[in-house]
Amino acid sequence: MVDIVYDIPEGKVTEARHTLAVLVDNEFGVLARVIGLFSGRGYNIESLTVAEVEHDKNLSRITIVTSGSEMVIEQIKRLLERMVPVHKVNDLTVEGAHVERELALVKVKGTGRTRVETLKVSEAFHARTVYAAAESFIFEVTGTSEEVDEFIDCMRPLGLVETVRSGVVAIARDKKKETL
Amino acid sequence: MARNTKNDKNTDIDANPATQTINGAEMVVRAIVDQGIDTVFGYPGGAVLPIYDALFKQNQLRHILVRHEQAATHAAEGYARSTGKVAAVIVTSGPGATNAVTGLTDALMDSIPMVCITGQVPSHLIGSDAFQEADTTGITRSCTKYNYLVRDVNKLGRIMHDAFHIARSGRPGPVVVDVPKNILNQPGIYQGKTSFERTSYNPQRTGDERQIAKAIELMANAKRPVFYVGGGVINAGVMACEALTAFVRMTGFPITNTLMGLGSFPGSDPQFLKMLGMHGSLEANMAMHDCDVMICIGARFDDRVTGKLDGFSPKSKKIHVDIDASSINKTVHVDVSIIGDAGVVVKQLIAAWKAKNPKLDKKAIADWWKQIDGWRAKKSFSYGSSKTVIKPQYALERLQAALKKQDFFITTDVGQHQMWAAQYLSFDRPNRWMTSGGLGTMGYGMPCAVGVQIAHPDKPVVCVTGEASILMNIQELSTIKQYRLPVKVLILNNRYMGMVRQWQEMFHGNRYSESYMDALPDFVKLAEAHGIKGLRASKVSEVDSVIKEMLAHKGPVIVDMMVDQNENVYPMIPAGAAHNEIVLSPAGRNDGKLDKNQI
Repeated sequence: MVDIVYDIPEGKVTEARHTLAVLVDNEFGVLARVIGLFSGRGYNIESLTVAEVEHDKNLSRITIVTSGSEMVIEQIKRLLERMVPVHKVNDLTVEGAHVERELALVKVKGTGRTRVETLKVSEAFHARTVYAAAESFIFEVTGTSEEVDEFIDCMRPLGLVETVRSGVVAIARDKKKETL
Repeated sequence: MARNTKNDKNTDIDANPATQTINGAEMVVRAIVDQGIDTVFGYPGGAVLPIYDALFKQNQLRHILVRHEQAATHAAEGYARSTGKVAAVIVTSGPGATNAVTGLTDALMDSIPMVCITGQVPSHLIGSDAFQEADTTGITRSCTKYNYLVRDVNKLGRIMHDAFHIARSGRPGPVVVDVPKNILNQPGIYQGKTSFERTSYNPQRTGDERQIAKAIELMANAKRPVFYVGGGVINAGVMACEALTAFVRMTGFPITNTLMGLGSFPGSDPQFLKMLGMHGSLEANMAMHDCDVMICIGARFDDRVTGKLDGFSPKSKKIHVDIDASSINKTVHVDVSIIGDAGVVVKQLIAAWKAKNPKLDKKAIADWWKQIDGWRAKKSFSYGSSKTVIKPQYALERLQAALKKQDFFITTDVGQHQMWAAQYLSFDRPNRWMTSGGLGTMGYGMPCAVGVQIAHPDKPVVCVTGEASILMNIQELSTIKQYRLPVKVLILNNRYMGMVRQWQEMFHGNRYSESYMDALPDFVKLAEAHGIKGLRASKVSEVDSVIKEMLAHKGPVIVDMMVDQNENVYPMIPAGAAHNEIVLSPAGRNDGKLDKNQI
């Protein structure tokens, strides 16, 4: 039965992936506010990274990868902008070309011939060997999320143990600065 | 005041250079006073004892002791909404803060400026599950515009003033300042009222001129225009409402108000189509549905207003003025969006309108008015009158007639009585109508009336309520008694949670599950137990005399008005239906019958 009180039929929506750069005051609770916006309203977060970028101005930059309909993405941007500690929201996906990178640390075990194979594959991906022991490696790989995915897929049959990923960081290609 | 027997000159917080060393509790009081606020609503407790000590030692800030922290927040809302000022609240840690959450959420939904100071356990105990500890900033993060946990007494002064600025500016809302007890006791340097310095928060007040020009262009060529105006204009101030009224009259266009916007335009003006939405008038909803240009100012296309989005005003170009960019294109796509303060933007619109001096399509607009008058003639607020039982609508009509010449204030609770009050009472001025619109909080009305009456001691303040809602904050009778507030409480008593019963009748096969109000108290005796005058009307012939006696009495009065148990609120747009699918009262003159398939 249709819920008479709240069921308002939705139109057809096409969802798109957007990468947002959010410049915020590096203050107590700011990340909780941003995350709370997403969780409280049921928006997706595919990836979220945050770190201080300008120490003297006390600014942090949050990179959020999210997906939603055009209206939802607009809502997310406006809701972020209206938060007191938020200085600026840039939608890198619509504002022109940008570079996205993700870093992963990948632990792979193996002995004998598979070690040679593992190292060959890592070279093909320009991964750095940051730790090597008799029966395992840890590789550092950076690239787009898809490239990192591919690297991990290649390592799986060779003895993948575990992975940790940083989430996406992104910056516009344009020479202008997005910070204040 | 008699209680200030210990007023010690040395601790009086009057003598004041811009910065000085006082303790945190004194800073809290001092900052509220420096903001020009003379009243605070609250309830003491362990974590805020230092603030109550500071209150005791001064006489510039009056404290109103409520009987439950939720009531403090609603009283503050009443104070804020009827004065246009920011209201202040003090509650203690833990349960004090959690009890305030409903009122904070209510204020957030209805954009009411409020600063709520919550006590917190001492800094070194935070996170230890200490007695009366709650993660107040965590709990209130999603029900405030902003919140603070104070960690340094020297920052408390600035935080307080910033909190008031944030609460008042932009789209107003509640701000929580959570202050650990050790900080309240600690001496520090008080930073007085200075300008707000955070560059990340700077709401836009002036509208973009290009958008203004586009809006005027649309309006100038409109054949079937309508203004759709909400509480944002009331929040923008009395001047904004006056400017709006002037603008609407200048154009000659019809105007409808949201529940929150009632009073922003004179209710008695012939251009006024009354309230729109789920229980709005036929003329307002049909005008919204059939218009070709909609001018929305300070309203947010709430689901109770729009009904089915697919069928919402399908033929119109829409102009939306709002200070909150996130309200624009949230649910309804608009053609021209103007971000800014309603008062400033309306003045810009007036200037642009005058400069353009548009030649309106007078014929088309006259036809439009003719069509509107046709809808008006259906008298959608009519009801089946009765000689044997008091119809709630009749009681409100009589209340309106009795109050008509006075400058009166109305608060309501939530449910059928709220909708009838919105339909049958008329407001010619802003800040006279206080109702919980967004959150729909039962228990709002009486504490809200406390706040209104405190702010306007000599004006008639009537709380229109139901017997179910009133019981949600009935303890406030004690507050009314303590401060001898001449609040008039008019209970439309139908022995049911009326709106719940109405929906059960319409959509759940008359299965009145848990909606009958059994074991009700005798409200007259309950009033008398508080030393308050209690009156009852059971017959139609008693309505006028009881209302007259209620209004004539100098002190507080509770009226138990025994009304028809089976009355429903009409017209009604069932949720999920469009404006033109409005269902009219079967008792009225129209053919409207409730068709289940239509819903």
